[in-house]
Amino acid sequence: MYRKYFPVLAIFIVLALVLTACGSTAADEPAEVVAVEEDILNRVLDRGKVVCGGRTDLAGFGMLDADGRNEGFDIDFCRAVAAAVLGDPEAVEVVPLTASDRGPVLQTAEVDILSRNVTWTSSRDAQWGNFTNVMFYDGQGFMIRKDSGIGSTDEFDGATVCVTSGTTTEQNLSDFFRQNGMEYEAVIFEETAAVYSAYEEGRCDITTSDKSQLASVRSGFANPDDHIILDITISKEPLTPAVPHGDDTWFDIVKIVSFALINAEELGVTQANVEEMKSSDNINVLRLLGEEGDWGYTDLGLAPDALAKAISAVGNYGEIYDRYMGPNGISFTLPRGPNLNWYDGGLIYAPPIK
Amino acid sequence: MINTEIEQEMIKPPLPPGPLKWVKENLFSSIFNSVMTVALIPIVFYLLFSVVSWALFSADWRAVTQFPLLYTVGQYPRDQIWRVGVILSSIFLFLGISWGRWGGLLRSISLAAGLVCVVTALLPVQHPQLDQGMRLFLGSNTVMILIGYFIGRIKAVKASVIVVGWLLIPICAVVLLAGIENSELIPNVPTTLWGGLLVTFLLAAGGILLSFPLGVALAFGRRSDLPVLSGFSTIFIEVIRGVPLVTILFMFSIILALFLPVESRIDRLVRALMAVTVFSAAYSAENVRGGLQSVPLGQIEAAKALGMSNLKTTVFIVLPQALRAVLPAIAGQFISLFKDTTLVVIIGINDFLGIGRSIINSDPEFVQLRTEVYIFIALIYWIFSYLMSLASRRLETAMGISDNL
Repeated sequence: MYRKYFPVLAIFIVLALVLTACGSTAADEPAEVVAVEEDILNRVLDRGKVVCGGRTDLAGFGMLDADGRNEGFDIDFCRAVAAAVLGDPEAVEVVPLTASDRGPVLQTAEVDILSRNVTWTSSRDAQWGNFTNVMFYDGQGFMIRKDSGIGSTDEFDGATVCVTSGTTTEQNLSDFFRQNGMEYEAVIFEETAAVYSAYEEGRCDITTSDKSQLASVRSGFANPDDHIILDITISKEPLTPAVPHGDDTWFDIVKIVSFALINAEELGVTQANVEEMKSSDNINVLRLLGEEGDWGYTDLGLAPDALAKAISAVGNYGEIYDRYMGPNGISFTLPRGPNLNWYDGGLIYAPPIK
Repeated sequence: MINTEIEQEMIKPPLPPGPLKWVKENLFSSIFNSVMTVALIPIVFYLLFSVVSWALFSADWRAVTQFPLLYTVGQYPRDQIWRVGVILSSIFLFLGISWGRWGGLLRSISLAAGLVCVVTALLPVQHPQLDQGMRLFLGSNTVMILIGYFIGRIKAVKASVIVVGWLLIPICAVVLLAGIENSELIPNVPTTLWGGLLVTFLLAAGGILLSFPLGVALAFGRRSDLPVLSGFSTIFIEVIRGVPLVTILFMFSIILALFLPVESRIDRLVRALMAVTVFSAAYSAENVRGGLQSVPLGQIEAAKALGMSNLKTTVFIVLPQALRAVLPAIAGQFISLFKDTTLVVIIGINDFLGIGRSIINSDPEFVQLRTEVYIFIALIYWIFSYLMSLASRRLETAMGISDNL
């Protein structure tokens, strides 16, 4: 009678065994799944393009123009790497990623670079991949309505706050209020656009997010001057491009490209003058452009003028910033603040190219 | 002689009621109804007026009208866009052929499609993406429909050829869109650049075409006498039906990528299609199984008595009756599959809805315009869902299983 159920039972057992086997490989040997023993530089050269994890839905950082071309601060960095390695800033394939995709695509090396406004944290560095060099110092801030009567954070007690759900933003907000012994009422939305619409319609006194985003949203309001972004910053968000674990050469290349963009601003090398700067009398400029000495290209397997190509493709750090967030930027205007070069009192600093 | 006269008298349908009579019968048939009518008419008119005046005067449609190509093909390279055009033209050609052959609803769809093309081609507006070439292309599509119509009228063109043509279109479309490695004429276009309605339709069409046979196979598998087969089918169906589509999409998109070795990585769009297919197949299987159960045992016994093989009995006796019985359920399943494809947004694929979201968030000014964008997107989804439901109802009528006969 029960004999006819044996085959079904057998399938169950086999399935269970297979599942346990899969499970145990994943649990016991994470190194096998995570670290990808693959030469990314050769993969990029074979493929003829850099696969870049990005996004298409954040003004200023990663967005689409009417012709479907990817643009933005994060995307330009990918183009710079593509120009340095392949000589062609257009040799970039941008994979649009959601927030939850970011870790897995890096762990499995599905992308060559992750440049999707990722905050560099210690756990992500340990789990996801190698973080290269901070390209944008962001931090969570508050935006309030001028006529709300709230002048500073001391007067926040009892305020209603519009916030997106399930993000670190929400967590930082509750930490901030708890530490300061204040109460607040959260108005929570799933979608970013809904948060700001609700704020503009007056459903809450305060809204909170990364300052770059607050600036972007404010510029889209009917009356931007009615809203103030407070100076206070309640979290550190160093936005940093990352590469998969396990390939040091590729890690170095991506890092050095970011150093080059920052050094170029310091040395006054721009997209427009890159060619004439090749005959400059500043030795550091000549080193950067590969005219003098070896900045490491022989060891990395790149062309001497790789960094020059990156600069001529997207410009120096300041030019990239201004293209999207400068006074006449495509997206919005955000004073550089901490993102000024260290020369000008900011935090953007890179080791020398020599 | 008298007999035929009486027959004609009997067959004659009742005359459609005149407008006044219709109003009297439907709106003022009793005092209560009259009061309701008088009370409701102003409200209905007020609502209609507000919606129309909002759409025409206060709404700002910039976020919709500036990006027609983004909404239709996403990031597909603009210099390769002729490939999408070729696919669209062949669809219109086959639409015309089917109109010529079968008429009915296909006639209305063809005429509507032709009208949309002509009107768009002649729109008196300046738009960078609606240049001469694009207008010419849209106009030529109307000609394609007409050419198709006359081809369809030719008796020599077999119906089976037309059906095979329709089935070939998606396959050719995928090959043409993806391109061939190192080809000069049709270079490779990675699927990350596909987007908009194109991806929505590909996922829906691919999901329907792949999940239906799989669903039929699973339904037979579940009813099979072989315990391994029926056990597997049952577990498959129940596991898939037991989890939401979002979970399956995540499974295929993230977990699968973590388990598979780097060399055997599957394309992101294909992963999404696999998830949608597997999900829809489990539901189709249960629908089809319901149909299989509705076929009386006597039918099978009769077929056996006539000496038909098992395969012949299944294909010619059981399946046609089973599918006919569950056509409405299957059509509903496909419509919901079409709408469910919007969930691929959460795994980072820019389908029609995803492109809309990208556009809203690409420009700070557009955040305020999201109502317009979402209404536009909803309208497009509604049009296609309604077309599918209309088509299924016509098919039911044609097969004689409609309620209104």
